Amino acid sequence: MVSVNNNGNSSALIQVRGLNKTYRRGGEQIQVLQGLNLDVDKGDFVAFMGPSGSGKTTLLNLLGGIDVPTSGTVSVAGDEITHMSSGKLTEWRARHVGFVFQMYNLVPVLTAMQNVELPLLLTRLSRSARREHVEAALAIVGLRDRGSHLPRQLSGGQEQRVAIARAIVSDPAFLLCDEPTGDLDRKSADEIMALIEELVSKHNKTVLMVTHDPLVAARAHMVLHLEKGVLVEASKSNAGASAGGAA
Amino acid sequence: MKFGALIWSNLIRKKIRLLLTLGSFAMALFLFAFLAVVRDAFNRGGDVAAANRLVTINRVSIIQPIPLSYRDKILRIPGVQRVTYDNWFGGVYQEEKNFFPQFVIDPQNQRQVFSELVVPDDQWSAFLKDRQGAIAGAGTAKRFGWKIGDRIPIKTTIYGGGAWEFNLDGIYHGITPQHDETQFWFQWDYFEERVPERFKGQVGWYTVKLDSPDDAVRVAKVIDDQFANSPYETKTETESAFAASWVKQFGNIEFLILVIGGVVFFTLLLVTGNTMAISVRERTGELAILKAIGFKDGSILFLVLAEALAIALFGGLLGLALALVAIPAFSAYLSGTLPTLILSKSMLAAGLGFALVVGATSGLLPGIGAMRLRVVEAFRKV
Repeated sequence: MVSVNNNGNSSALIQVRGLNKTYRRGGEQIQVLQGLNLDVDKGDFVAFMGPSGSGKTTLLNLLGGIDVPTSGTVSVAGDEITHMSSGKLTEWRARHVGFVFQMYNLVPVLTAMQNVELPLLLTRLSRSARREHVEAALAIVGLRDRGSHLPRQLSGGQEQRVAIARAIVSDPAFLLCDEPTGDLDRKSADEIMALIEELVSKHNKTVLMVTHDPLVAARAHMVLHLEKGVLVEASKSNAGASAGGAA
Repeated sequence: MKFGALIWSNLIRKKIRLLLTLGSFAMALFLFAFLAVVRDAFNRGGDVAAANRLVTINRVSIIQPIPLSYRDKILRIPGVQRVTYDNWFGGVYQEEKNFFPQFVIDPQNQRQVFSELVVPDDQWSAFLKDRQGAIAGAGTAKRFGWKIGDRIPIKTTIYGGGAWEFNLDGIYHGITPQHDETQFWFQWDYFEERVPERFKGQVGWYTVKLDSPDDAVRVAKVIDDQFANSPYETKTETESAFAASWVKQFGNIEFLILVIGGVVFFTLLLVTGNTMAISVRERTGELAILKAIGFKDGSILFLVLAEALAIALFGGLLGLALALVAIPAFSAYLSGTLPTLILSKSMLAAGLGFALVVGATSGLLPGIGAMRLRVVEAFRKV
């Protein structure tokens, strides 16, 4: 269940408390996120919507540990990540987070298999074990027969599937998807969303997604609206969840 | 290696740039090897010089003669084991370009003093019996395709002009590849018989073999003191000091080679450093992704350094392979002008070390830049 107004203890997978993020641009301080509280349970599928500059991607970056908050905390499965050292945070990301980006961000000189294998290079798995994991991930996204293709030999939708396979191959606790359908046509976008839904329903993955597209957002369990750094509205989508106002 | 595919794929992603960078390394390493062998050739005189040999020349200059009568006086000095003498002939074979060192030698003492230049006994015996006989170094014999028994005309411009005819009675070999095999020796008696009167009874230099290297300083002083205030004062020094003075006549070769080598090193560093910096900058987004999915700073630095080192290794090996093929050909072409150019294993190892140092240095700054890349900022830029 997703909750945005809880500032006490909970057993949620992801707990955000009093999250603030301020940037300095020129001589001006820009408050991107203002005192956010959020709880996300395992298996939840949350969509963040809001106008450009509202702080959606910043929130995703903070949840994924690739940015640090000005104040406040983010805890995932009991690990408080906001005070981890850079090295620890990198290790944590490798174990717990899968990233999916709008522009796929595959390494163009590596095949689909090699791209999916990248997170596993950081583990102690043997070559054959890595191969098994990669084949399994590619099978989940329906691209087992495209493993030897380079990204330029794949369609946009297929590239995004490879990116999703890369995100899930190390079996992370949750996926962060930043506009995963933003560069795709409607048909491909539907296929990607169906795949993400399958990851949530069949594989019990927790997904937090940023999107501008209401049709895409509608497929999440919960849609949270960010405006000027504040969660101003939360609406239930097609699954049970409770929501509250901004912190 | 787990990261092998990633490193290799990044390496070959811009093939023309890779070829040009490998070419830069190859040419620089070839030049490095060439400078190293030339430096070695100039310094080798000192390296192969015997510690128990002294060279006595005219105090004014080596081109000024000293009397043959000094030989017996030198021989009487305690600590002197044997004395031999030579003259420079300065001729050419058939054409001006066919230059090589010809020495008029003292056949009675040559082999005993220069025991590292080996002539088979039967050939030496034939030489001693033949007034017009000659012994050639294996390098020179090979250069001109001479065989024992050949009649060899040598033109001289110093001793009255015209061609002198010699019979090739033997071929000498050095006991190591470093020993000079380009010389041509012929008999003192034949020389004395043919040169104009004013050259008779004069030698170019003496080589003095000592009982012990420990006597070198003392004996050298005794020789020079003995002939002080005479019309032919002498200058005696160890063979290695003599070789070093000889090299100095060409200018400061060592300094010149170091300067050229330094310029090559820094130019290569700038070229490869720039290439690596561009290569890393082009991949900012990819490096950010790697960091986002869990590649640590050390792994990112390793990837960039491994790429730079791989370029250095392949380019370096290419350049050294080129040097292995080309330097013997250069050496044959320059035979007689320069001592034999020898590319030793230690030079190859130093060359490879040089390439790897340049590779590591050129990859270090871009690697540190990639390591310090902040993921969020990198995503904002791409």
